[in-house]
Amino acid sequence: MNAPLRRAGVVILVLFGLLFANLNWVQAYKADEYRTNDYNRRVVVAQYERPRGVIEAGGTGLATNKATDDALKYLRVYPRKEVYAPVLGYRPVGLAATGIENAENDFLSGESDKLFADRVKDMFTGNNTGGGNVLLTLNTKAQETAWKELVNNERGAKKGAAIALDPRTGAVQALVSMPSFDPNPLVSHDEKAASAAYSKLNKDENQPLLNRATASTKPPGSVFKVIVSAAALQNGYTTDTEIEAGREYRESGAVIRNSEDEVCPGSQIDLKAALTTSCNTGYARLGVTLGRDKILAAAKAFGFEDDQLTVGDLEGGGLPVAMSDTGKIANPDGSVDKGALAQSSLGQRDVRMTPLQGALIAATVANGGKQQRPYLVQKLTSPDLRTIYTAAPKTLRTPINGQVASDLKDMMVSVVENGTGKRARISGMEVGGKTGTAQNAEGADPHGWFVGFAFNDKGEAVSAVCVMLENVSGGHASAEAARIAGLIMEAAAGQGGD
Amino acid sequence: MTAPAVPASSPSSTGEMARIPGMKTQRNAELGLLAFAMILVAAYGATVEASRIGEITPTFWVPAALLSILFLGLHFVVRFTAPYADPVLIPAVALINGLGVGFLRRLDIGDALSDKQPVPSVFAGIGGRQLVWTLVALVLAAVLLLVVRDHKVVSRYAYTLGLAGIVLVMIPAVLPASMSEINGAKLWIRLGGFSIQPGEFAKIALVSFFAYYLVRKREVLSLASKRFLGIDFPRGRDLGPVVTVWLLSLLVLVFERDLGTALLYFGLFIVTLYVATERSSWLIIGLVMFFGGVYVAYLLGETVGGPFANFYDRAQVWLNPFDNANYERLGGSYQLVQGLLSLGTGGLFGSGPGAGSPRFVPEVQNDFIFAGMGEEIGLFGLSALLVLYLLIVERGLRSALAVRDSFGKLVAGGLSFTLGLQIFVILGGITGLIPLTGQTTPFLSSGGSSLMANWLLIAMLLRISNAARGPAASGGGTDRAGGGGKKAPAQLHGAMTEVIKP
Repeated sequence: MNAPLRRAGVVILVLFGLLFANLNWVQAYKADEYRTNDYNRRVVVAQYERPRGVIEAGGTGLATNKATDDALKYLRVYPRKEVYAPVLGYRPVGLAATGIENAENDFLSGESDKLFADRVKDMFTGNNTGGGNVLLTLNTKAQETAWKELVNNERGAKKGAAIALDPRTGAVQALVSMPSFDPNPLVSHDEKAASAAYSKLNKDENQPLLNRATASTKPPGSVFKVIVSAAALQNGYTTDTEIEAGREYRESGAVIRNSEDEVCPGSQIDLKAALTTSCNTGYARLGVTLGRDKILAAAKAFGFEDDQLTVGDLEGGGLPVAMSDTGKIANPDGSVDKGALAQSSLGQRDVRMTPLQGALIAATVANGGKQQRPYLVQKLTSPDLRTIYTAAPKTLRTPINGQVASDLKDMMVSVVENGTGKRARISGMEVGGKTGTAQNAEGADPHGWFVGFAFNDKGEAVSAVCVMLENVSGGHASAEAARIAGLIMEAAAGQGGD
Repeated sequence: MTAPAVPASSPSSTGEMARIPGMKTQRNAELGLLAFAMILVAAYGATVEASRIGEITPTFWVPAALLSILFLGLHFVVRFTAPYADPVLIPAVALINGLGVGFLRRLDIGDALSDKQPVPSVFAGIGGRQLVWTLVALVLAAVLLLVVRDHKVVSRYAYTLGLAGIVLVMIPAVLPASMSEINGAKLWIRLGGFSIQPGEFAKIALVSFFAYYLVRKREVLSLASKRFLGIDFPRGRDLGPVVTVWLLSLLVLVFERDLGTALLYFGLFIVTLYVATERSSWLIIGLVMFFGGVYVAYLLGETVGGPFANFYDRAQVWLNPFDNANYERLGGSYQLVQGLLSLGTGGLFGSGPGAGSPRFVPEVQNDFIFAGMGEEIGLFGLSALLVLYLLIVERGLRSALAVRDSFGKLVAGGLSFTLGLQIFVILGGITGLIPLTGQTTPFLSSGGSSLMANWLLIAMLLRISNAARGPAASGGGTDRAGGGGKKAPAQLHGAMTEVIKP
């Protein structure tokens, strides 16, 4: 019986050898993968061992920490709740982070290479210094004004967005989206409650989690006429060039009428007056005369069709920006669909735009043709408030030259002073802009848009803004957007306010 | 040359075993190793306190000291009742048992501190309970050593033990799920807050029965009828007992939903059968039948479901533990994944005793204790544990090789192999090598049944190793002459090997 017993011993030896080999696989080969696996709760707990960096703007803490006495040692707190939620996002225990909390996560958590020296210091001192702090470009006054005015809009619109930029740098001054959400329940350490709060928001048909300023595109309506104007000015037109207008324009089955009969009924109108009165027939004919390629090129030059842009710091990630799009404007065989071109020239048909893109158009005009890359992160500081990074503004693209920009500025100022954008006027400042009223669905109220800019008494472009309200009832949808835009720019320029 | 050279003392006598001058008992070596093991256990306790509490309390040595007293007690029982027993078994098992107690106490300390409670006393919590269970298990082991002075006596009760074993195996299958099911495996008897795993005891009873049965039937079973591919295959009518045990283990598989237990019972039977008959055909038949049955159960689970569905689910969990659907599903791969992550986080050296987060692994005090310890002692520590287990198993097999009677060989071989197989099944399960099943980790997991049963197993091995290493002591039978002066296995008292009838 001894030979089989010896063989049984060998079998046991082989089985233990397999165990040992597999243990090597799990604990040596796969160790790093398992250590950082998403399912590994130790990763989460380790991140709560030290306080996360603070996100602030203008001296106000927008994302702060509260020490707790449970296993996760710090609770994230968002004191201004829904006002800043679309920018900050949230950083939950179990789910994925969003917004700046996500984009700057490495820095806030202290894991970034930029904070390597602090981590090394911790190793010797045994301290757990926190993560780095993020200072946002947001102007708290403009942000609060934008939120207050959007929520209390006079037309009872339930959805909308507003964004304001500094045209000279691209720094975001205000960014709000309505409806918004309170991020605090989402970051609760009670993960079941957090998860329930998330699924409730996620199922809400008004999509409070959607950042309408950057991640949602809508037909821009007459705002698109600024692009068509730019294309015209670049192709030999001047502000005084007479273009064809009229009560009605029929082109390949498309019928273009003006919003009201008294708008440009005559057969000729100069370009400046056409923009001031938002003459549909004039711009539809102008678009068709210029041709599809010139319109598409101008739109692209201003940032349409760009799906790479993010708004955060200027070195890396940030809030993703949805691609603004003009559509193909083509028949099935690829040739130009003139009817579609006529409608697209009015910002209808397949043209879609984010509010951020609207603000960029206005900012480009105000900044002499240079489009600055938008950013939200002004500064990154180490836990001991050493500055690690300061935003150095970058020119993203230069779609128009100074002359065209200056002409467009004159035309847009005329819109606010004499035309459809009168409600955006601010005393003591030179304001320009363009309204848009966009049809979107059969029987639905139109979206109201306003893009604009403001110059202070020293002639500096202090703010560019875009306000969009969805499905505004009661006619003149853009007038309410223009009013809110004026108030935001006034606050951003450091005037007015409460 | 019919009688052994050394005069034998009567094994059935109740008196002290006479020590033979000139033969080494190595009891002092055992004592020294035991002391070393207990120093390691005390050091482990100190490290845990240093990293968990932040200081080493003045009482850190108390659990190790209490364990030392218990093991010392067993050591003295062995000194007087089995002086020639293997000196490595007790220290090796004591070290594993001590580390188990230390880890459970570490869980108690961790739980108390995270609930903002003071550090629990030595006798509190699961660590304290494990100490008490160790006491009970050691008393049982000592009683077995005191009562069973000769392992061959056990064969007298073989049929009783066999019946008891089958009943113990079947009880959880018959009981309603509310009284027998924990974590999807029906392996328990639960009464109020008390639960035991009867299968743990069943394996000792079944090994004893198989050994007796096979000693009697080995001639018949090793009879070859056909030779195929160079392997002798048994006669068809002799397949009866194999088929019976095969069916029994498949029933266990289906109704107790546990591949590991089924594999354990079937494996121990096949191995004792193989050892008894020396016919490798039995191994081949057995393996083909078992894995064939498992594969059919898998296919049935996929298509038919019903009682097989659980088995199919477990196989899916094993194949794709990190699949999100498996991970999120109730009773899915969550536990397995957390165990793997715990092991992976430990890496080569581990975080150090007390410095990990074992509570992220569900059931870390039971089935997954190896994964919980793996985070803290790393690959090196776990490898050392594996070597300790291997040492125990191989020492048991060595006793089987050395003991002179067939029954002793089969019991020692069967028990050692079963212990090794159980370690393989549970450790393979939690490291993802084989589908996970609800076995306890011998001597490490919290819980009385496992500790008592495995200490009884060790006591049995001690008893047999005493017979193997000590002066030859034959019972009722006479040793047959072996070729070339080698000692042949002794026959059992009274029970003659069945001879082949023409």
